[in-house]
Amino acid sequence: MDSLLNAARPPVFCPGCSHDRITHMLDKAFLGMGLAADRIAMVSDIGCSGLFDTFFNTHAFHGLHGRALTYAAGIKLARPELTVVVTMGDGGQGIGGAHLLAACRRNLDMTLLVLNNFNFGMTGGQYSATTPPDAEVGSGFLNQLERPLDICAVAKTAGAPYVVRCSAYRPDITEVIRRAIEFKGFSVVDIWGICPGRFSKRNRLTTKAIEDGLARLPALEGEVPENRRREFGEHYRELAAAQRPVPPPRAVAASFAPLGEGRREVIMLGSAGQRIITAGEILCLAGMHAGLNVTQKNDYDITVLRGPSISEMILSPQAIDYAGIVRPAVVMALGPEGVARRRKTFAALDASAVVIQAAGVEVPASAARTHRVDFKTQGFKGTDWALASLAVMARLGLVVGMETLEAALAARLRGEALSTATEIVRAVRLGEWV
Amino acid sequence: MALTLMEGNEAIARGAVAAGCRFFAGYPITPATTILNHMLAMLPPLGGVCIQAEDEIASIGLCLGASMAGVKVLTATSGPGISLYSEQISFAVGSEIPIVIVDIQRLGPSTGSATRGADGDVQFLQWGSSGGMPVIVLAPADVADCFTLTAHAFNLAERFRCPVFVASNKEIAMTRASLDPERLAPPPPVDRAAPAPGPFVPFQAPAAGGVPGFLPIGGPVPVRQTSSTHGPDGYITTDPAEITRMLKRMQSKVDAAADDLAIVEHHPAAGADTLIVAYGVTSRAAEAAVRQLAVRGRAASLLVLKTLWPVPAAAVRRAADGARRILVVEMNLGQYVREIERILPGRKIDFCGQMDGRLIVPETIVEAFNG
Repeated sequence: MDSLLNAARPPVFCPGCSHDRITHMLDKAFLGMGLAADRIAMVSDIGCSGLFDTFFNTHAFHGLHGRALTYAAGIKLARPELTVVVTMGDGGQGIGGAHLLAACRRNLDMTLLVLNNFNFGMTGGQYSATTPPDAEVGSGFLNQLERPLDICAVAKTAGAPYVVRCSAYRPDITEVIRRAIEFKGFSVVDIWGICPGRFSKRNRLTTKAIEDGLARLPALEGEVPENRRREFGEHYRELAAAQRPVPPPRAVAASFAPLGEGRREVIMLGSAGQRIITAGEILCLAGMHAGLNVTQKNDYDITVLRGPSISEMILSPQAIDYAGIVRPAVVMALGPEGVARRRKTFAALDASAVVIQAAGVEVPASAARTHRVDFKTQGFKGTDWALASLAVMARLGLVVGMETLEAALAARLRGEALSTATEIVRAVRLGEWV
Repeated sequence: MALTLMEGNEAIARGAVAAGCRFFAGYPITPATTILNHMLAMLPPLGGVCIQAEDEIASIGLCLGASMAGVKVLTATSGPGISLYSEQISFAVGSEIPIVIVDIQRLGPSTGSATRGADGDVQFLQWGSSGGMPVIVLAPADVADCFTLTAHAFNLAERFRCPVFVASNKEIAMTRASLDPERLAPPPPVDRAAPAPGPFVPFQAPAAGGVPGFLPIGGPVPVRQTSSTHGPDGYITTDPAEITRMLKRMQSKVDAAADDLAIVEHHPAAGADTLIVAYGVTSRAAEAAVRQLAVRGRAASLLVLKTLWPVPAAAVRRAADGARRILVVEMNLGQYVREIERILPGRKIDFCGQMDGRLIVPETIVEAFNG
């Protein structure tokens, strides 16, 4: 085979466009590497660089503006054996800047060819991320206000292990492209060229001017020693292979009788950091050990170490449809933030409800019976009050018994955490009805 | 009976993996983050890939690339992320890329409230991408649904080659519930169909079903994929007749299957003259309301929609047959009720909606019923 170019769809670039030259040189690079059409995936962006996929008889993926590197990463991760080449313009570097940074940091084995012609050719020559401030472009004076982006400096800083800045007219451009593709890791080739349709109509840009421009910048010609490291995909697969499989969901068999009858709703009102959610889960597991259906719905702010932490549990012999609180049987007041968030809950309590109040936490008046426990005097840290209040509830003969609670601890916790928790639930003493 | 304790998001992850999903890319966002966490724990040991991408646009972009390489892919986010997915969703629609997208809806608009639920995206999921083409949206009501509907969503994405959404809600996603693990049984997996023998034409669909056969990028036959308006060969076309054929086919492959795609649960009650229509977590409050009404000697029928798009019109009409009044209940300010009004013109349709970060309580539905 002497070409991977699509004979039925010859390149349609403007006469004199540097993209045309790169198309043919890329084809030569592929051939020089002996790559078959089905071993190559061309991923193209939007704009004139987005025409590349149609010119090659390879796998081809043409997506959205600026996002080519994201598709290329998905393809490469799914098919590591493929040679993945991305063509983007300077416009794509602007809109897809986050993806360029991510690709450089990630270091997947693929190649980005930036067809850098300093403007948006397809939409009328507007300024792009690389347009010089003194150029005449289709964006009025706006490009005078912004500093052009040095794509290679950005790529290098972001961790690209292989960066080349070059002219599209370099005689050895085929070899430049080939070396970049052959490099195992993410390679960026920033290829400066002329857009005769737009840019060079209003700006004097010659191959000599491009050479001069390149000469004014530090040369970048391949490997960046300080960014040398393992290729992402290979490294990923090695780390992934060492991960332990997730076991199937663990089931809890009913082995105890529940206390009481019907649907029981329990609310824990505490503060962030009081292990409210964990205690709620333990109550749920206890309910399941008693053959009950359970739900646990939590309410907390985005700031996880501050603010209220609330857990609402429903335990019921029947299937639970509505998983919100309707008529709480037990309310645990363990922290002022949680109580403040749910003040209205107290007003709605009836005489059959029980409030377990941690001494020192003010609660609003209610019709419920209130059992106050001084956890502090009993020597418990604030982080253990939620767990301790479960034991108080069990001792009061509400919802689940002590044996059931201890079975739940054994189901949820291991080692020292289990022995500490078991000590706490066994040590806690009842307080007084107030 | 032994029970397991699970939140909806874990069930979604487990359902996806059971359906054959081996690629996930996502970006952290409450209340969808725990799907990312679970996929990260589950996929790598299975030889799959889970990536935390640089943003939501990249999350779905990675998925679209991997899907075209032949892998079953999942991404998950919430309303703000769906907004960023929008352009990629229209790409997946127009270029027929199978993908399952989970939207754990939270209270909007905009950033809204990360830890409060709502069903505010149900029109957005259908209409929030350019071109206005049909998509498939499934709405789980509980944790078990999260598992089975996610697995089902994968089969539909493979079968129809289009984005399939799982429209969950913070209230299911992050609420743990006990359930019988036996209920976590995925449907038999479906894989995207291979093309007919002969030269491969990437967007050439067989007459029946209208879904083109699939070959992966990376296989022995070079495959073309494009976001541009294309003919069957995957190259740009400007021929209006060809464009019409392609777009009508994409439209009808989903719309014509609406009855087949309809998943609803109808609970008719003898003597009821009102049909309550609900979906998602709200349908459970509706069930409780129907029970409470029955205790008070009032009968109400209930229709729970688990397919939201395409609209299960025939099933809704059948359930509404003979009802004097339809009461639509949803966790927003009036979205899906528009569809019910559209398919039941001239009927008495009442609306009960709420979007304030709280669940709709059964008593609110009872009041709307009595109202």
